[in-house]
Amino acid sequence: MTVPVLELENVTKIYPVPQGMFKPKAMLTAVGGVSLSVARGEVHALVGESGSGKSTLAKLLLGLTKPTSGEIRIDGVPIARTDRREVARRIQPVFQDPYSSLNPRKSVADLIALPLVAHGIGTSASRQQKVAEMLDAVGLPRRMIDAYPGQMSGGQRQRVAIARALVMQPDVLICDEPTSALDVSVQAQILNLLMDLKREFKLTYFFISHNLAVVEHLADRVAVMYLGRIVEERGREALFTGAGHPYSRALLDCVLTPDPTLGMPEAVIGGSFPNPIAPPPGCAFHPRCPRATERCRVEAPGPVPIADGAAACHHAA
Amino acid sequence: MPLLDVDTLTIEIPTEAGLLHAVNGVSFTLERGETLAIVGESGSGKSLTSLALMDLLPSRAVRKARSLRFDGIDLMAAGRREMENLRGDRMAMIFQEPMTSLNPAYTVGDQLAEALRRHRPVGRAAARDRAVHLLERVGITAAASRLGQYPHQLSGGLRQRVMIAMGLMCEPDLIIADEPTTALDVTIQAQILLLLRDIQREFGMGLILVTHDLGVVARVATKVAVMYAGRLVETGPVEAVFGAPSHPYTQGLLRAIPVPGRTKPGEPLGTIPGQVPNLIGPLAGCAFRNRCDRATDACAAAIPDRDLGPGHRMACVLDPVAVPA
Repeated sequence: MTVPVLELENVTKIYPVPQGMFKPKAMLTAVGGVSLSVARGEVHALVGESGSGKSTLAKLLLGLTKPTSGEIRIDGVPIARTDRREVARRIQPVFQDPYSSLNPRKSVADLIALPLVAHGIGTSASRQQKVAEMLDAVGLPRRMIDAYPGQMSGGQRQRVAIARALVMQPDVLICDEPTSALDVSVQAQILNLLMDLKREFKLTYFFISHNLAVVEHLADRVAVMYLGRIVEERGREALFTGAGHPYSRALLDCVLTPDPTLGMPEAVIGGSFPNPIAPPPGCAFHPRCPRATERCRVEAPGPVPIADGAAACHHAA
Repeated sequence: MPLLDVDTLTIEIPTEAGLLHAVNGVSFTLERGETLAIVGESGSGKSLTSLALMDLLPSRAVRKARSLRFDGIDLMAAGRREMENLRGDRMAMIFQEPMTSLNPAYTVGDQLAEALRRHRPVGRAAARDRAVHLLERVGITAAASRLGQYPHQLSGGLRQRVMIAMGLMCEPDLIIADEPTTALDVTIQAQILLLLRDIQREFGMGLILVTHDLGVVARVATKVAVMYAGRLVETGPVEAVFGAPSHPYTQGLLRAIPVPGRTKPGEPLGTIPGQVPNLIGPLAGCAFRNRCDRATDACAAAIPDRDLGPGHRMACVLDPVAVPA
């Protein structure tokens, strides 16, 4: 069996949260016992509501924060034992907002070459050449090489962000809501570009999104996160044709396809996201779950194998 | 008489580079109980259109219209005082980012009560009761205990509900919601949209929904107006516009979104090449023609407003061609 390019084993990240001057700090489990494995060449999507821990997981994968416990491996090697620069070379981020993720005082050439400079790779001339190649790859005209972010549209900026992520020839791109700040027609261009680049550069994507229609369009596998835990991990088709976890089902019910004959979904999960500092006992989803039983209130479910994946639900099997 | 009658609305903004034609001859009507979705991408003028109805445009912007009537009232002739009395009372607006439209220095209860007491001669206790009633109506639990809270103590979903409750305090005849769910999670979005729809049915209000989300439009609206570069390119009943999208821009937008069951996973999505034209200075002919794959010489001339069916119109010289599924 081939070694997954990215592997998380029982990864937990706990943040202390100040409660007041003389009170002990509360512990917030942003990511709790997450195990995942991402095969090379795959698009692995991560979905969930805000506050579910998606972005903390992205930070952990990028090595921007260390897990409280558990292990993250790249090609089987723990990143705790890998040089930070090596992690940064192999895993690169593309963030949501190309307006805030690019330094407005740097030209396109500087922005894209930055990772090369930081790693001391190449000469000024070879870096310039590399930048030009990257502009071609992401479909930006070479005349934009001296432009500044302020002169560019949102879609062009996101292309610059993608070019910067690719210039180090990484194995994995962590895409954190890469199109949610963009217009519909621009989103389509960026998604098409990401698919093309994946083939061209043999990339693996870890794709964080709240847009399930986008996820269904480009993911191979999908992990659904709720309150810091993976509640379901499935192949795309298996998930979208038969969600195993009631939370996944609820998310899918909220997808509004542009079909006026359907009207609004009536059965929408109520309640609001629980306080992550004091998560509900048992299954964290039980207060909002239409299928919750006594067992769900006391016993936290572990992953149960179902078709092409697993779901952490007492009612899954 | 329609609740709202907008006839040839134009918004011009003087800039250093010249006159920006942000909104160009937009006309539509809205009846009580109808939901009109104004859909378009950034820069299409959809938000400015809604602000113009409320007379909340930036001071530099110049609003012109052949006629702008709300329940028979001539809004073009209405003075500042008259508009202040209408706003929040008979016409209310819900913005995208509740954090910027709620006052951080006042409690939820104070702000809700103020919305009512500004327009109605009611006492504190009565205003408070109505606030609690509406907070419950918008699905907020333990409503009475929320009155003493400040906006920053609430989650995004709760703040948006408070905004909606505030808009409803005076039972307005018209609500304009500008991207009311864009910043929210899909689960909260569905709850808020259901809520808006139910309340609208209950009170028989007119609702204008300004959005870029075609899924939201299809599921909530009764009528849709597609805007591009400050113009309406296609309008009609939602079934007609989604069932037979006719303007090349509408067709392009619908092809650009992944739709489970219609688009094949992994296949390229449809795109609209090129960019929105510069709206500074005069722009003759169809604003979309530089991005349209069916454009001809005729597109540079005046564009006819064509009737495609009951209430279904488009601004295009071409005969509609069915979209390949």
